[in-house]
Amino acid sequence: MTDRRRIALTVNGLQRDGEVEGRLLLADFLRHHLGLTGTHLGCEHGVCGACTVLVDGQATRSCLMLAVQANGRSITTVEGLAPDGEASHPLQAAFHERHGLQCGFCTPGFLMTLVEFLEENPEPDEAAVREALSGNLCRCTGYQGIVDAALQASASLRETSGQ
Amino acid sequence: MEHRYIGKPLLRLEDRALLTGTAQFIDDIKLPGLLEAAFVRSPHPHALIRAVDFSPALALPGVHAVFGYDDLRRVLTSDMIPTDKTGGDRFPATTWPVVVPKDETCFAGEPIAIVVAESRYIAEDAVSLVEIDYEPLPAASDCRQAAAADAPKAHRAAPGNVVTEFSTAYGDVDSAFVAAEHVFSVALKQHRGGAHSIEGRGIVASYNGASGEFTVWSATQAPHKMRNGLMELFGLDEDGVRIIVPDVGGAFGGKNVVYPEDAIVTAAARLLGQPVKWVEDRREHFLAAIQERDQYWDLEIATDGEGRIAGIRGKIIHDQGAYTMLGLHTSHNCSIGIPGPYVVPHYRIDVAVVETNKVGAIPVRGAGYPEANFAMERMLDAVARGLKLDRAVLRQRNLIPAEQMPYEHPMKTREGTPTIYDSGDFPRCQAQALAGADYETFNERRVRAREQGRYLGIGIANMMKVTGRGPFESATVRVGRSGRITAFTGAMAMGQGTGTTLAQICAEHLGVSPEDVTVVTGDTSVTLHGLGGYGSRQTVTAGNSMDQAAREVREKAIKVAAHSLEVAEQDLELADGEVRVRGSDVAMPLSAIAKALSGAKGYSLPKDVTPWLQANVNFRPPDVTYANGCHVVEAEVDIGTGGVKILRYVIVNDSGKLINPLLAEGQIHGGTAHGIGNALFEWMGYDENAQPVVTNFAEYLLPTATEVPRFEVTHLEHESTLNPLGLRGIGEAGTVPAAAAVISAVENALESFGVQICEAPISPKRLVELILQAKQAH
Ligand code: FES
Ligand code: FES
Repeated sequence: MTDRRRIALTVNGLQRDGEVEGRLLLADFLRHHLGLTGTHLGCEHGVCGACTVLVDGQATRSCLMLAVQANGRSITTVEGLAPDGEASHPLQAAFHERHGLQCGFCTPGFLMTLVEFLEENPEPDEAAVREALSGNLCRCTGYQGIVDAALQASASLRETSGQ
Repeated sequence: MEHRYIGKPLLRLEDRALLTGTAQFIDDIKLPGLLEAAFVRSPHPHALIRAVDFSPALALPGVHAVFGYDDLRRVLTSDMIPTDKTGGDRFPATTWPVVVPKDETCFAGEPIAIVVAESRYIAEDAVSLVEIDYEPLPAASDCRQAAAADAPKAHRAAPGNVVTEFSTAYGDVDSAFVAAEHVFSVALKQHRGGAHSIEGRGIVASYNGASGEFTVWSATQAPHKMRNGLMELFGLDEDGVRIIVPDVGGAFGGKNVVYPEDAIVTAAARLLGQPVKWVEDRREHFLAAIQERDQYWDLEIATDGEGRIAGIRGKIIHDQGAYTMLGLHTSHNCSIGIPGPYVVPHYRIDVAVVETNKVGAIPVRGAGYPEANFAMERMLDAVARGLKLDRAVLRQRNLIPAEQMPYEHPMKTREGTPTIYDSGDFPRCQAQALAGADYETFNERRVRAREQGRYLGIGIANMMKVTGRGPFESATVRVGRSGRITAFTGAMAMGQGTGTTLAQICAEHLGVSPEDVTVVTGDTSVTLHGLGGYGSRQTVTAGNSMDQAAREVREKAIKVAAHSLEVAEQDLELADGEVRVRGSDVAMPLSAIAKALSGAKGYSLPKDVTPWLQANVNFRPPDVTYANGCHVVEAEVDIGTGGVKILRYVIVNDSGKLINPLLAEGQIHGGTAHGIGNALFEWMGYDENAQPVVTNFAEYLLPTATEVPRFEVTHLEHESTLNPLGLRGIGEAGTVPAAAAVISAVENALESFGVQICEAPISPKRLVELILQAKQAH
């Protein structure tokens, strides 16, 4: 009954392909076909932001996108954030240092949202950060650690890019 | 004594895996042959189940099984979910939760059958093919109406919808009211929604047909409760069910019971002889995970001419849902939680616990204390208004003075023992919060804002929360033959940083750093007994167990080393993973001591030590401890849109000695944000037929980064005298007074209109309504 299609895409810099059902969510493809379980599902209806990944550099909800729509695109997930697989990206370091996570379930979505945001807004103030994060839900932290982490990361990203 | 790790704001040991995407949550568990489940759920709040037909679903390729009541019952010892029935001897039998209803479903979303398939996609396809013939019945929705004798019954066979009525009382309240100078009444409608951890519930069950044993991975707060429940349901003992808890994506009360889904998935694994996984989606969390929901309060407060409280009396009607899933915890806490840090000489609260055709209501973070606090603080604001007293002055007048500590409150605890506040300084706590929030100069800010057409208000709430409940929590510290230190506990980590906190305590005594200690939570095969995470209890209970266990291991290591090295114990110290003779390089590594104690050749042991370099302690707190705090909130209300903006949020909290101030502050932030949700946003709606009308995050609003303000937190650390570390709990401390403080600020902002707010949550739409009503009335 199911239509299956071949897809080929880049995930965290690696060429990946697969044969998938048309209805398969990108999130499920990443999690269960590629084993990249760092991307989480918190609502499956596009509100919580836990499933956020970068699609061609843009923060995108992988619960609202089909795997077949990612054909030919380049995806970055939380696993691809630091090249060494350690928590060495300035955002990861800042989340650790500013207690920006508790259960950590929402965290990959916040990280990926912030990667794009800080690229486009290298010097945000607190209000801008809060606005940028208003599409991601966290039940544990009350957001303050996350906001502080984002501000700290923006400073260290500016430093490393020599601005 | 100066501590190296206890009391230090160390960064968390848990973070690396969570930040790199390598943490393992329940949906990440992979097993060979793992099948996936979806549930057939009742679309009706109340209906008879006349017939079921699974054949169209079974015909779908990829479907392995569909099980309903008859199939599941074959492998279960009971129709009922094992649950704590303490105090419930006289409750109607129909109130206890069932695994799957046999012929009558009692809330929309109740599981009726399970479909097991190769994937969740196929399982969900098959769910829509299952045919069930329902005969809808009238439903009980609003708990006030449901309490009436002629209301539709939530269960056909129940004598009525009132599960029980009880009173919490002391003194002679009616005489106090007769003698009092002033009496004020307040009627409140309170609602708290669901737990809504961002990760839903979930379970992976596997059955070993050869041994007859289960291994169950569960995203639970209480692994031992889950083990005990499942072993009872399958007629096994403690060795028959092993619960393993992976990383848990938050819980907040939503993962604190054995649910029907847990029993059904485990039974399906047993029937199929193949592992089965179910992970809750958000819609299911709305439909079938516990909530705290509706209460109606009618209260009176009596005072003297200066606002000193003479007595409080009133009634609560509490919506319990269709099943009593965790005793009377919420409603009972509501009835005892009102006086908190205040002197209340006479008291009586009558509670009616009423069934409705909705999912069972049990504690969410705060567990009835937020409602009790809201009630108390709303009453105090009413008194201040009535007597034209400053709200802070009125509160100060009624707070228990520090000189009276320890204070024996006339209230009895849930266990019937006296309530004793062992230490603390509530007036100082409030004074410090007011100073931090510049309360004295608020009026100037308010006047300036009014000149610009803006409406500012300030709100105050003082809270008290029972924490650190026993009867015990377990900790075992073991040094293995390699010298590695592992600490096992029945406490459950679900995001609070329990692993870091307990490692700090353990490392303090063993001359290692916290990263050298591996803390294992959530495995019933290595920790045989425990209670788990709820009620702000774990650092108090497991923390003190860990403290004592680590000390015992240290003493033992020193004793063995003294024996082997033939030196006096007092000449030895433990550092860097070895016991050494002070001021020399003679040393015995922990690994050698561990080997000696596990029976290695060539070592002799002192006579009076037990084998193994290990200690197990189940600290039994002599009583609960109390955390207290004061929240002061400054907010602005847009009178056109009803929008509320929190401008400042000042918190002074006293949770006793803090093991890790950084993580403690995180608990306060998260807890308070939850309370802000309860004040302004979170509403789990049902229509008059008990059909849920809110089933997603677009309709149910969780607070986001733009609504939650920056918190300004200060800690007082009055050490509890009831445990060696001086701890009190903290997990719920932020939640308890938040709604009261926020709504007090909102009401204060609208003072000039005479608006009184007697409900939570309060939406912008409702605020505009109240403003218009108040304008018309004047
Ligand atoms: S899971 Fe995609 S937005 Fe919530
Ligand atoms: S850290 Fe738990 S949901 Fe954000």
